[in-house]
Amino acid sequence: MINLRDAGSKFWDRLNPIQRRVFVLASIAFLLVVPYLNEFGPTSFLNTPIASFRDALVYPIGMFVLMALGLNIVVGKSGLLDLGYVAFFAIGAYTGAILSTTTSLNMWEILPIGIALAMLSGVILGLPTLRLRGDYLAIVTLGFGEITRIVVLNSKFTGGTNGVPNIPPPPKVGPIVFDIMNPQNYYYLVVVMILLTIWMIRRLTIRRPGRAWEAIRQDEDVAMLMGVPTLKYKLWSFTIGAAVGGAAGVVFASKVMVIAPGMFDFQVSILILACVVFGGIGNIWGVVLGATLLAYIPERIRFLTESRQLVFGLVLVIMMNFRPDGLLPRKKREKIKDKNKEIK
Amino acid sequence: MRLEIKDLRVFYGKIEAIKGISVVVNQGEIVTLIGANGAGKTTTLKTISGLRPVTSGSVTFDGQDISKMQPHDRVALGISQAPEGRGIFPGMSVLENLEIGKYFRKDRRHEMKEDLEKVYHLFPRLKERAFQAGGTLSGGEQQMLAIGRALMARPKVLLLDEPSMGLAPMMIANIFKIITEINTELGTTILLVEQNAQQALQRAHRAYVMETGKIVKEAKASDLLNDPDVRAAYLGTGADAH
Repeated sequence: MINLRDAGSKFWDRLNPIQRRVFVLASIAFLLVVPYLNEFGPTSFLNTPIASFRDALVYPIGMFVLMALGLNIVVGKSGLLDLGYVAFFAIGAYTGAILSTTTSLNMWEILPIGIALAMLSGVILGLPTLRLRGDYLAIVTLGFGEITRIVVLNSKFTGGTNGVPNIPPPPKVGPIVFDIMNPQNYYYLVVVMILLTIWMIRRLTIRRPGRAWEAIRQDEDVAMLMGVPTLKYKLWSFTIGAAVGGAAGVVFASKVMVIAPGMFDFQVSILILACVVFGGIGNIWGVVLGATLLAYIPERIRFLTESRQLVFGLVLVIMMNFRPDGLLPRKKREKIKDKNKEIK
Repeated sequence: MRLEIKDLRVFYGKIEAIKGISVVVNQGEIVTLIGANGAGKTTTLKTISGLRPVTSGSVTFDGQDISKMQPHDRVALGISQAPEGRGIFPGMSVLENLEIGKYFRKDRRHEMKEDLEKVYHLFPRLKERAFQAGGTLSGGEQQMLAIGRALMARPKVLLLDEPSMGLAPMMIANIFKIITEINTELGTTILLVEQNAQQALQRAHRAYVMETGKIVKEAKASDLLNDPDVRAAYLGTGADAH
């Protein structure tokens, strides 16, 4: 099997600064035209047969990528198995839905509140449970995901089974209008959020938190012996992951305009985790690719109706057989090469 | 520096692993804790470092009770450990492993170079392998890395858990020689847990013998080397005394 991850980084290393700039600009241009690919002859095969292509780009594709990146901080970077990640998405979505229908706040103002509440719930869940390890943590987070859904299902202020209807879209920013007629603008918003998340993860990874997470993931006991305050850093990775999930939730609510408890069941947590594993745990680009494919494929093969999930499952099984570490596995020793250069 | 353990009891669930032991380590000493498998040696070290909670009794460092302190705060006080099985981070390079050893010091930049030099001086092999992944080192090199990494924190007392485990005889002799050097040249106090009683007793100043969670003997290391009971039980040369 060729190592796509290494091929990618070799390609990047060979480029000179000007070529790199051109490559980055070309990538941005590509991201800008993606919503129109379904109308363009040679790429029209990308069109999703039942859902509108542009809507599918926001949800599930964009949202899955965003959430998978958030979950990757928890599962991939610090090695904590979180099976209830959907809870943070739900908390963000319900914060957005309730505040925008009951107060005069708009989505942009609610976004930081949604993030803050998701982080707060991350701390509340994390403080007692992050002392647990491995399977035990997975079970507790699974429980948290279910509890959140059931609370939302049975509370008055969340609208019970009916959920929250009539969620207003975000007000326009300059010439960019967010409404049903312009789903591509939501897509651009999500792309910006994804890029910000990637930037944040990369910043954190090369600094002290990244070192601490790496040590905790590889051997938590030894990390303690080295003087790493493990609980603090596990809590950080948990809350940063929660923040990304919360942000995704707020935007999701304003995009779909109606949310209901059924959208936040256990299956979403599992699917997001599958995106991370399928793409390559711990590797940002792998996770982006994995989430894109796992969100897109079910939409693309929707014409298969009932056998759709079966085909999807088969694709997963076959892929994991061929690439057990994911599509783009984590590169084992990232920084070593750079250090070598410094010394020379 | 004075590390003192008093009437320490540690439980794993309902099983009492440490049944009220008292150990003292004074400034500048090499103290060894010898005993068979399951005697509670590793548990003792884990408790000193804070990985296991104390059930009763106390661990004091320079007169301060540290038995409820977080593990990373104990590292900051000057207690470093090279754990059993070495605990190398396999995916990190040798250099990154060493850098992690200094994690708790935020003002580390200026110290880093000096301490790396110190470790490379003790273990030249690590310098050659600086950019190699920790997991690709041989057992002996990993042990050097584990000790070097613990030294990066500038410990006042260094806890070594079975540094000879799984190593070839030549390498064992080499590692023990360096342990003595660390003690004499850097002035670092050492608490050494070993099953290789022969080597440990030759290098240490004082020794404790542990059996099933209790200290059964405490003496100067050189005296224990000639102690008939110890010889029979741990040195394997006293078999015909029976």
